[in-house]
Amino acid sequence: MTSISKPPVRHPGLPRNALGLTTRDYEGGMSTLCAGCGHDSITAAIIQAVWELDLPPHRAAKLSGIGCSSKTTAYFMRQSHGFNAVHGRMPAVASGVHAANRELVCIGVSGDGDSLSIGLGQLCHAIRRNVDLLYVLENNGVYGLTKGQFSASADVGSKSKRGEPNVQPPIDPVLLAITLGATFVARGFSGDKKQLVPILKAGLTHRGFALVDVISPCVTFNDHEASTKSYRFTRGHRHELAPVDFIPVTHEIAAAAEPGAPLPVTMHDGSVVRFRAVGEDYDPTNRDAAYAHIRRLQSQGDVVTGLLFIDERAADMHSVNGTVDEPLTGVPYEQLCPGSAALEALQEEYR
Amino acid sequence: MNDFAFKIGTVNGTGSASANALIMQAIFRMGIPVSGKNVFPSNIQGLPTWYEIRVNGKGYTARAAHFDLVVALNPATYARDVAEIRPAGFLLYDSSWPLDAALAREDVSLLGIPFGRLCGEAFEGDRERQLMRNIAYAGALVAFLAIDMGVVEGMIREQFGRKPALLDSNFKALRLGYDFAKASFPCPLPFHLERMDATADYIIIDGNTAAALGCLFAGATVGAWYPITPATSLMEAFKGLCERYRVDKATGRKRFCILQAEDELAAAGMVVGAGWTGARAFTPTAGPGISLMQEFIGLAYYTEIPAVFFDVQRVGPSTGMPTRTQQGDLFSLAYASHGDTKHIVLFPANPEECFAFAVRAFDLAERFQTPVFVASDLDIGMNDWMCRRLHWDDSYRPDRGKVLGAEELERITRFSRYMGENGDAIAARTLPGVDARGSYFTRGSGHDVHAGYTEDAAAYSEVLARLARKLNQAAEAVPEPVIDRRGAGSSTGIITIGGCDAAVREAVDHLRSDGMDIDYMRIRGFPFGPDVVRFLGEHDRLFVVEQNRDAQLRSMLAIETGKPRDEMTPVLDYGGVPLSAEPIVEAVKGGLRTADSGLRIGQTQSALPGGHPRNPQSLTR
Repeated sequence: MTSISKPPVRHPGLPRNALGLTTRDYEGGMSTLCAGCGHDSITAAIIQAVWELDLPPHRAAKLSGIGCSSKTTAYFMRQSHGFNAVHGRMPAVASGVHAANRELVCIGVSGDGDSLSIGLGQLCHAIRRNVDLLYVLENNGVYGLTKGQFSASADVGSKSKRGEPNVQPPIDPVLLAITLGATFVARGFSGDKKQLVPILKAGLTHRGFALVDVISPCVTFNDHEASTKSYRFTRGHRHELAPVDFIPVTHEIAAAAEPGAPLPVTMHDGSVVRFRAVGEDYDPTNRDAAYAHIRRLQSQGDVVTGLLFIDERAADMHSVNGTVDEPLTGVPYEQLCPGSAALEALQEEYR
Repeated sequence: MNDFAFKIGTVNGTGSASANALIMQAIFRMGIPVSGKNVFPSNIQGLPTWYEIRVNGKGYTARAAHFDLVVALNPATYARDVAEIRPAGFLLYDSSWPLDAALAREDVSLLGIPFGRLCGEAFEGDRERQLMRNIAYAGALVAFLAIDMGVVEGMIREQFGRKPALLDSNFKALRLGYDFAKASFPCPLPFHLERMDATADYIIIDGNTAAALGCLFAGATVGAWYPITPATSLMEAFKGLCERYRVDKATGRKRFCILQAEDELAAAGMVVGAGWTGARAFTPTAGPGISLMQEFIGLAYYTEIPAVFFDVQRVGPSTGMPTRTQQGDLFSLAYASHGDTKHIVLFPANPEECFAFAVRAFDLAERFQTPVFVASDLDIGMNDWMCRRLHWDDSYRPDRGKVLGAEELERITRFSRYMGENGDAIAARTLPGVDARGSYFTRGSGHDVHAGYTEDAAAYSEVLARLARKLNQAAEAVPEPVIDRRGAGSSTGIITIGGCDAAVREAVDHLRSDGMDIDYMRIRGFPFGPDVVRFLGEHDRLFVVEQNRDAQLRSMLAIETGKPRDEMTPVLDYGGVPLSAEPIVEAVKGGLRTADSGLRIGQTQSALPGGHPRNPQSLTR
């Protein structure tokens, strides 16, 4: 099998963004995933989000590991550089990419096997490093490419296609991320693009590590009756916490503070994420309260979705390092090499 | 005069390292060639440690095989320390306590100085007494070896000039040892120092610092690492240099980014990510790190991403002996990662080459778009070496290789990442963030010349075959070997690599002065270039000196060039300490007298049962 490129069909009526590009301009190669795969819906949401953000394609870097999810970086933004690296190691590659060129918008796509088993350590440390990266975790509870083994996100009691129950406790990426100090934590559902797109836009705008865990049913291996990662189960148990609107920097914001009213959070570039109708017992800007609230809902059997926690004040990797504003790849060599006179002088200390 | 060696045995964590460095540097400042080898434990406090100093007016710097004087200050190692003194040599010990029976040796002169008692009386507090005991033995050595007291005092003044209390204590301790030695023994000893003027063009530097300087001057901006002995000091030196030379004075912001990763695997991934993006990026590590990095090395090879790895080799396998030196990673560097791979490896022999090869490594990595390894070792990396002054050519500009920018992309109809123009083995690359027309999808999975996914045999093979051609081409670009022919050339040769250089050169001089014609070659790069192949062809009797058990260099020469193994006698040393010249001389002389072609140093030869394949082991019988 070789890769399939999509025919460049143009619909003259398609709306154009500020760059004059249509959503088709942000598409990639033809998906080779199974028909109905949740991942393809996420791909569509990513395309919508970057189109709405007017992101110049050449400024994006698409990064992924190995697995069904990681293949999807080939299915969007064909005009952007993409890097399908090794299994579970996308966070390290992304850290290097961002270290070298902080102006790139890094879009990482991973899966539950990639992130929670082989790459769990890398995920944790990328969170700690607060590398500026949108990290989309396409979560289906199984290994698809190797035909249906449980992943580390499978719930206790959830059954495989062959009817075997999972007995090991799951690793919940959302709770894990909040515990590790992540500065942007969200969960979406591939079946709800309307909810997902503003979350992705906020995640792309967030300066720091933005984890977006997306429940993305595997139609071939994990969409059956006894699965807790199926379309049916997720639709039946989903609890949407405070839907958000993403308001780009150019729009005016009306502030509101009373409980139950929209809660605006201003991002580093002036954009605003507005939480609609935050309940009294929940505060997406309070780490402990957010954690407790999610736990409470989960214990009732709810699959909590939404932008669950956000901290716009934390320093990202380059702020902590104190790196120059320009990309390191753009610093002229003359500013990097001290030159022969400095070497001569330095060597007097080595005598 | 100016030709002797001494060894100081102490307990680590007691502050003896600074006293030892003081002595070595003082001799260097007297203009006399000197080398120091720190033989230390993988421990912070309480285990035996030694510092060996060799003084040689002719400039030989390899580790000494025998010691004229041993300073035994660690009761736990008295017996073995005393055993290493040459007949009619000297033993300096702490006579605060009665002489240990283990120290008795009739053919050795005893120099007892009560360092402990003297310092106990002169100083307050356990820590100061312990620290000053080191300066006191340095003072005694000043007397015994005729070290210039003015030089030593000058150095102490440089170090403690702003701390009068410390300055006074150090001077006092120095005098305690010096005066006691002068009053109690004939000073100096029969072997001692005499001023020379042979070190003016030299500096004292360790290989890791020199490599870090190379990274700085090469314009590396991203360093990723995981702390590991003996590579840690390379990144620490780089950090120190960057903080000095790479911070924007106006804003205080950094023109570098150092990432301390969660493990070596992640460090390699960061280097690959940064290299893909267009930064010069590197990671320093040791064998265990190289093992972890394998999957990223393979990825970088196959996706053609520049990346520089410093392997400061230590004793393996596994954790091995972290504070001992070896050249055991040659195979795992040259053919790192699964599948068909081959990599560029550079072999510096000293800090001067660590500096030069670091720069070269970045140029080669970018020109050939592939991982490049600099195979240093603990001896080169962590010991202080007398090294020729480093020079920098200000006209140097980084070789960025074939990178297409917006203008070049404008001129071509289709960018194909993995297609070499006109059959060239190197294909042009593009960097993210520059131009959408240069976009491509990098993948470690099978890909065709357009970087598209493929499972097609011909499309896959086309890319893989070009990679082989590319690495063949690199053989002509790596540093050429250092060859020293005897006149018209001999049929006997000795081949070595990396840090064995000093000992082998000295051995060659010995052998030649004993009347043996022998040519010398030190290999400095892999894949082996044409000069290496020619040298192999011109000699039918070769000795290959390297510091590993399995004769890895010899095997690589056989694999890569077809040179019969039987024409290459392995001379192997892998116990973990730097090589000396004498055993090489013995091995070569012995090897020439015998019909078989296997020799080792420092081990009893194994007697394997018959019927084994012809591997290095069976060759030794």
